[in-house]
Amino acid sequence: MTAAVNPKKLIKGGLHDWEVVIGMEIHAQVTSRSKLFSGASTEFGGEPNDHVSLVDAAMPGMLPVINEECVAQAVRTGLGLKAQINHRSVFDRKNYFYPDLPQGYQISQFKDPIVGEGEVLVDLPEGETITVGIERLHLEQDAGKSLHDQNPTQSFVDLNRSGVALMEIVSRPDLRSSEEARAYVTKLRTILRYLGTCDGDMEKGSLRADVNVSVRKPGDPLGTRCEIKNVNSIRFIGQAIEVEARRQIAIIEDGGTISQETRLFDPGKGETRSMRSKEEAHDYRYFPDPDLLPLEFDQAYVDALAEGLPELPDAKKARFIESYGLSPYDAGVLIAERASADYFEAVAKGRDGKAAANWVINELFGRLNKEGHSIETSPVSADQLGAIVDLIGEGVISGKIAKDLFEVVWSEGGDPREIVESRGMKQVTDTGAIEAAVDEIIAKNPDKVQQAREKPTLLGWFVGQTMKATGGKANPAAVNALLKAKLGIE
Amino acid sequence: MTHLNELTLAEARDGLKAKDFSATDLAKAHLSAIEAARGLNAYLLETPERALQMAEVSDAKIASGEARPLEGLPLGVKDLFCTHGVITTAGSKILEGFQPHYESAVTHNLWRDGAVMLGKLNLDEFAMGSSNETSAYGDVVSPWRRAGSDTKLVPGGSSGGSAAAVAAHLCLGATATDTGGSIRQPAAFTGTVGIKPTYGRCSRWGTVAYASSLDQAGPIARTVRDCAILLGSMSGADARDTTCADLAVPDFEAAVARGVKGLTIGIPKEYRVEGMSAEIQALWDKGAAMLKDAGATIREISLPHTRYALPAYYIVAPAEASSNLARYDGVRYGLRVPGKDIAGMYENTRAAGFGREVKRRIMIGTYVLSAGYYDAYYVRAQKIRTLIKRDFEEAYASGIDAILTPATPSAAFGIGEKGSGDPVEMYLQDVFTITVNMAGLPGISVPAGLDAQGLPLGLQLIGRPFDEETLFAAAQVIETAAGRTRLPTAWWA
Repeated sequence: MTAAVNPKKLIKGGLHDWEVVIGMEIHAQVTSRSKLFSGASTEFGGEPNDHVSLVDAAMPGMLPVINEECVAQAVRTGLGLKAQINHRSVFDRKNYFYPDLPQGYQISQFKDPIVGEGEVLVDLPEGETITVGIERLHLEQDAGKSLHDQNPTQSFVDLNRSGVALMEIVSRPDLRSSEEARAYVTKLRTILRYLGTCDGDMEKGSLRADVNVSVRKPGDPLGTRCEIKNVNSIRFIGQAIEVEARRQIAIIEDGGTISQETRLFDPGKGETRSMRSKEEAHDYRYFPDPDLLPLEFDQAYVDALAEGLPELPDAKKARFIESYGLSPYDAGVLIAERASADYFEAVAKGRDGKAAANWVINELFGRLNKEGHSIETSPVSADQLGAIVDLIGEGVISGKIAKDLFEVVWSEGGDPREIVESRGMKQVTDTGAIEAAVDEIIAKNPDKVQQAREKPTLLGWFVGQTMKATGGKANPAAVNALLKAKLGIE
Repeated sequence: MTHLNELTLAEARDGLKAKDFSATDLAKAHLSAIEAARGLNAYLLETPERALQMAEVSDAKIASGEARPLEGLPLGVKDLFCTHGVITTAGSKILEGFQPHYESAVTHNLWRDGAVMLGKLNLDEFAMGSSNETSAYGDVVSPWRRAGSDTKLVPGGSSGGSAAAVAAHLCLGATATDTGGSIRQPAAFTGTVGIKPTYGRCSRWGTVAYASSLDQAGPIARTVRDCAILLGSMSGADARDTTCADLAVPDFEAAVARGVKGLTIGIPKEYRVEGMSAEIQALWDKGAAMLKDAGATIREISLPHTRYALPAYYIVAPAEASSNLARYDGVRYGLRVPGKDIAGMYENTRAAGFGREVKRRIMIGTYVLSAGYYDAYYVRAQKIRTLIKRDFEEAYASGIDAILTPATPSAAFGIGEKGSGDPVEMYLQDVFTITVNMAGLPGISVPAGLDAQGLPLGLQLIGRPFDEETLFAAAQVIETAAGRTRLPTAWWA
């Protein structure tokens, strides 16, 4: 991407402004029941080494067999990233020694990945949308875990994760701020969750990021980058970029140069520190894994998977704007999670889309956030919320009463219509009853009547009084009309 | 009557069927022969209890008329095949005492068909060697001697234990593996028959890997027919090995009697290597004449890239080996030598656990895969491999049905005679066999005569992919014409 430099995104150094350039490698755990090359379960947790096959433990003579579901998931993800799907890809061995890497090599894809170039559209809070290029996506095995805190003199190894399928999604260096980086990961996670190809749960390690950061003066060629390994939350990604960019700027402004290296982010200390330099970098001695044939499939296979894809976030957002008349912002909020979007659509079905969006975003989401609920565990169902919206639309209850009704449904449950009926929450539309109240207020406040005739905005005071007198149940439209007529205000 | 262990596998099968003797008798005859031949060091581990147990089951099956194809036939197993509950070492110290919890696909198939396991056979460490001298558990001594000499000779390698045991009647047949000639060269040295089937014919699952793209299991036995019978059981599709062909197994034994009438046999001129002995040349000519007499057409062909095969092999095989052997790190199984930290433990374990030749190949492999050398070595070797394969494809496309070559450049040599200074001297042993692995083709070695010193010499037949049947047919013609090789005397017993 060669977008013009946005001055707002520059970082102020001591001497001048700096542009930070960020590229990311996201490791997303593939949602599948078994591992990439063995039949062992991918279930999270369990006792150490519960989910380990002979292949995962690299026993002599064991051979990998590709899990077709993982291949399908990678293709689905590629389609979701609007990327080139490679009909022929090759698994390579990445060789290095580590106790939690039983084979002594990781099976990955080096030269010929399963997915090539694609893109992700990322909406930024100020309403700007950027396009982030995807360089490639490849499948690879996860390693096990070394446990250093179980014994005073020895380290233990847990191979439950050994061999679990990961998708490494490599972006182009198209990101220009920590905010963009966070928005990119958030959007990518949304896409993966829509596709059902990765649960995106960063706490469980299902999504981790290696972040490449460099800085330059605007317009200069790319600076030397440092890779920050294994950052495991969106917040930390933002923090790591900020501190790393500032570290690099300070060095350069002091007359130093950046050396290419791998660094680790320490959230506790708020700093990155060197893990290994370029000179210490491993020579992984990649070569095609002779135990596995090249992975080949035809376009019909890809087409069949494409047909089964759900509607993706960008398409859904466009449709929400188009069909429900929502603002891009509201549509963006609703589609962030597939479950929220589904909930909204269930509420909006056959109703006013804007009203439904207002209720879902302002009342429901607000309340869910406050109480720490997710949309899946919402105490108010889409049917219930839909009924509340209906009751407003039908003029049975006012907006204010509706909020009380929402409270009742939230805490006690039940059919909103019955609640309105049984608790007498119905709006008074009987003009006779409203008229009596209006007449009484006009009679008691002749001075206000006079003022209102001169300054029609004072109508609001009369409306308030009338609502108070009717216990909030009067139909506001009817109250307005009556007052205007009685006071002679146009 | 001959000793039961001196029968061919087919004869023993028929004898059991006719109830001339029992499976237990047959097993016992072998067990006592093995005991008497310990000086050959062919068996790393004898499993007499298991053998007798299996024989007992076989006898029951025979009695109840439920005999399986290999019922009661005692076999030896190269110690590269993992055997459930039976120590498997790959001839290496690094796997000393390793007891697998699983059975290799090939041995599983043999036991499924009723064969009886006698024990585990010696081999070059991780199948790296051509004389069985790299085994961490001592050299195997060939049952053959030069006329009038008691010099100890090598049985060839890496399947040296398999070849020696078959030749010395210590089993009816044996499993073996061949990465560059490890079945065919020892078979040629010991007057036995060995076939390396097409890559993908036998599953590699559960066989300790040396070079995955070249490794292939096959049998060594005393006759062509015996090899055909064994291969029929050993091979077959296996979903656990994605490089294993999803093909039905033909009736190999039926192919043995087919003859070669109407076949065209190619004689590749590039195999007439510099310095080839007159004896080998004469043997080769004799083999061609035998096939011609049986009705085949003999035609000279060209396989122009032959001379690059050996150097390319010594890039590809060590490259794969350097990665395949990375799992022997002392962390999970086998030998562990403590160190001051994890890297120290790796270094100490691998220093003590691997022998000289294995270390050499790991280093070569690591080197050729390194950044900056990969293109110059590994990539070029793969290109050569493609060219070698194409040479064969063109020959077969021109109407050739099988190719006849010598199996080895010479007869067996003495223990310690070769390769101690220059390893290439040993690597040259595989000059005729290695192209076959590089191209993934089937190749069979069949005895065709004795040299001037009375040692066996073999010829090799190379076939089209998955056409082992033609090889059995042609090899049988040579076996019939040359007569079966007989061991002079059991000097070791």
